[in-house]
Amino acid sequence: MIALKYDENLCKTCPTGDCLVKCQYLDVDKKAAVEEMVKIGQGADSFVLQDCVTCYACEEYCKRGNHPFYLITEKREEKGILTSPRAITQQWVHIGEPQGKYRLGDIKERVLSFGFMPEFLQWVKGKLFEDVMPSFIFGQEFFCNVVYIHFANTSIIKERLPRIVDNIRKLGVKEVVFVHDECYAAFAHLAPAYGIEVPFKSVHYFEYLYNRLKALKELIRPVNVRVAYQRPCSSRLSSDQHHFVADIMELIGVDLVQREYQDDNALCCGGIYAMAFGYDLAHDVQKRNIDDMVEHGAQYCVFNCPACQSAIGDKVAKKGIKPIHLIHLCRMAIGELGEQEGGC
Amino acid sequence: MDNIARSLAMIVGEAYFSNQPEETYFYARDPGLMPPHKPDYVVIPKCVEEIQEIVRVASREKIPIVPMGAGLALTGLIIPLKGGIVIDMKRMNRILKVNEKARHVIVEGGTSQGFLKAYLEKNYPRLRHSIPDSPATATIAANVMIHGQGRLTQQYGFNSDMIAGLEVVLASGEVCKIGSCTVSPDWFSKGAPLPDLSGLFLGWFGATGIITKVAVKLYPKKKMRDVEIFITDREDLVPDMVYELTHTEMVEDINIFSQPKPMIFKDNHHIAIFITGDTDEELEFKRKTAWYSLDRFIKSKDGGFMGVPPVMKPTLLEMPQRSVSRFADVKKGGGFEYSGPIIMVEKYPECARKIVELAKKYDLGYSGMARIIGRSHAMMYGFAFTFNRADPDMMDRTREALREVSEFALEAGGVFWKATVEEQQMAIEKMDPNTLGLMKMIKENLDPNGILNPGNWEVI
Repeated sequence: MIALKYDENLCKTCPTGDCLVKCQYLDVDKKAAVEEMVKIGQGADSFVLQDCVTCYACEEYCKRGNHPFYLITEKREEKGILTSPRAITQQWVHIGEPQGKYRLGDIKERVLSFGFMPEFLQWVKGKLFEDVMPSFIFGQEFFCNVVYIHFANTSIIKERLPRIVDNIRKLGVKEVVFVHDECYAAFAHLAPAYGIEVPFKSVHYFEYLYNRLKALKELIRPVNVRVAYQRPCSSRLSSDQHHFVADIMELIGVDLVQREYQDDNALCCGGIYAMAFGYDLAHDVQKRNIDDMVEHGAQYCVFNCPACQSAIGDKVAKKGIKPIHLIHLCRMAIGELGEQEGGC
Repeated sequence: MDNIARSLAMIVGEAYFSNQPEETYFYARDPGLMPPHKPDYVVIPKCVEEIQEIVRVASREKIPIVPMGAGLALTGLIIPLKGGIVIDMKRMNRILKVNEKARHVIVEGGTSQGFLKAYLEKNYPRLRHSIPDSPATATIAANVMIHGQGRLTQQYGFNSDMIAGLEVVLASGEVCKIGSCTVSPDWFSKGAPLPDLSGLFLGWFGATGIITKVAVKLYPKKKMRDVEIFITDREDLVPDMVYELTHTEMVEDINIFSQPKPMIFKDNHHIAIFITGDTDEELEFKRKTAWYSLDRFIKSKDGGFMGVPPVMKPTLLEMPQRSVSRFADVKKGGGFEYSGPIIMVEKYPECARKIVELAKKYDLGYSGMARIIGRSHAMMYGFAFTFNRADPDMMDRTREALREVSEFALEAGGVFWKATVEEQQMAIEKMDPNTLGLMKMIKENLDPNGILNPGNWEVI
């Protein structure tokens, strides 16, 4: 039985109500936060079910591990509350459907997972990855499907995720380094929350990169640029890995600007908001976010998620800030890419 | 070599004449499903005087003439149904004059869309024409003659509405100018304020004359161009969505497509909205206006703007779009044909349901694609099927499906675009008798010997 592990008492006794109090999109005090979450847990209606924009952040804000966002998602689905237009949801469900068009590298006990993000087939190369590559997996058959929590559709995750786990298991893999943090979150965070057994070790590519950079320390030349980090929604599901961003930046001699919208207070790229809610919310969030990067003198905007890069890469570039994925920044640091090649 | 062959070879030169099977084989067919029929002769003239002489030979000998652009209509319009002479216009490909400030260009009858596009990009970067999505070799004259549509059709109507003058060789061999150019050195209007005679030739598929020159209007080319895609699972709402978008008057072009593959497109209708601007601000204002115009559908969850993947954008933005050609080879075997009736936008739901029904019934790959004409005044709805040329059964099923499309389209109030001979007959049978009588008068007077593309518009 795949079911969310949720404890109503943890909400009832919550001392902070942080899940909703800290929410950047809802205006809720502690008392109301606790009351609304208890109501939601009990299956009652709540304005939260209507107004939540699916930023995932409450999963991080809840320090008691009670999965407020997964709960909201479950209850929305139960009540048939759509977060996005039906066509958008349908499109994403189709995109993730296995097609038998997956790609496998030379599979070893340790593999890199590119999920279903084709960018990584081009981006993942060089010394940073030479101790794993060409052992990789790519395709819908290995796609975590976690994105469907944006669409209040956990049933498809419950249906597909065990099959994905099984697909990886059948390859005889012992350790998977996930190059997209949403995939890492699927196996390290969401699967346990739903009681899905994962028979391999999940490693976030942040940790992997950090260790590889340390191993290649003699090659590192400080990049000496000021960067803003675009934290993706999916990172909220693996917040234990977030510290590696600062660790890596320090290691490669990058000045991570201390701006308003970072860490706990990070703003979404707006890509999902545009699809779900239209122009205004997405553009307001994007404008505030990019203006913040400009105000803090960022020269580069470092992306973790290719989807974020696709959503606002051009927009930051138009403000004179170079969009770059973390992998490329790290490759710049070890001299594999020049300044011109680094951006993408 | 017979007398006719000798005459024709003398007119165009032996290098540009043929009656040999290796040439007549090619000129017997187009890329569609119509059965081939060989011409007796093929000529590739260089100038209007040569065409006049060819027509005089044909008139004297009472043999058919079929003018041919790139031969891409797919509906058999350049297949010489009764043999005779195919006049391949490709050598008449000069761009004769561009009037930048009056925004028009005069080209010879064999000038291709791609050539004009490249020429304007190089020499007049602030001007563009309404390029269709046919291959770049398609000719401008043939496209306007069949009432083609292009990238500017949502703003300015059929490409034939953008004509600024014509030169035509009549069945007698005489050259006739149509439009302002008949009394003025300037080609700025195809008719007004004179009697508009362009209708004697447009839509006739060469059955009343051969277009040897055409002037088309040019339009401002903005520095930037972008595309957004609004998707919905409610085909019944598409006409309302198009109405809202066209109301903004901010959109360059609106295309709609629905197809089952790849999976990203399954089960939805995709409204591709093209916008242009000279500055980021202009482009963003238009984008915002287009988004706002559809906001009520987003709020009701009936539709939303999809994130267009970066790999998809260049494909969507290229002109002409090669994705159409790629679709032609989905079944491996390079077969592609569509029936594209011009029909009211409010008929979109019926058309969208019909193509799914026919694809299922005949087990065919399909793509439904619509281009909005004017401010939602009409649309071309393309019922496109792809087939393998090496599979006769699949070709037969495609023919049957297209035949059903024709019946459906006429029943639904549509009018065939670049109609096959069979569709022309269907239209004639349904046509108002007085209109048919008028067409007969025109045909009898303009082509008394019935030598111009016979088999097409046989109203006599």
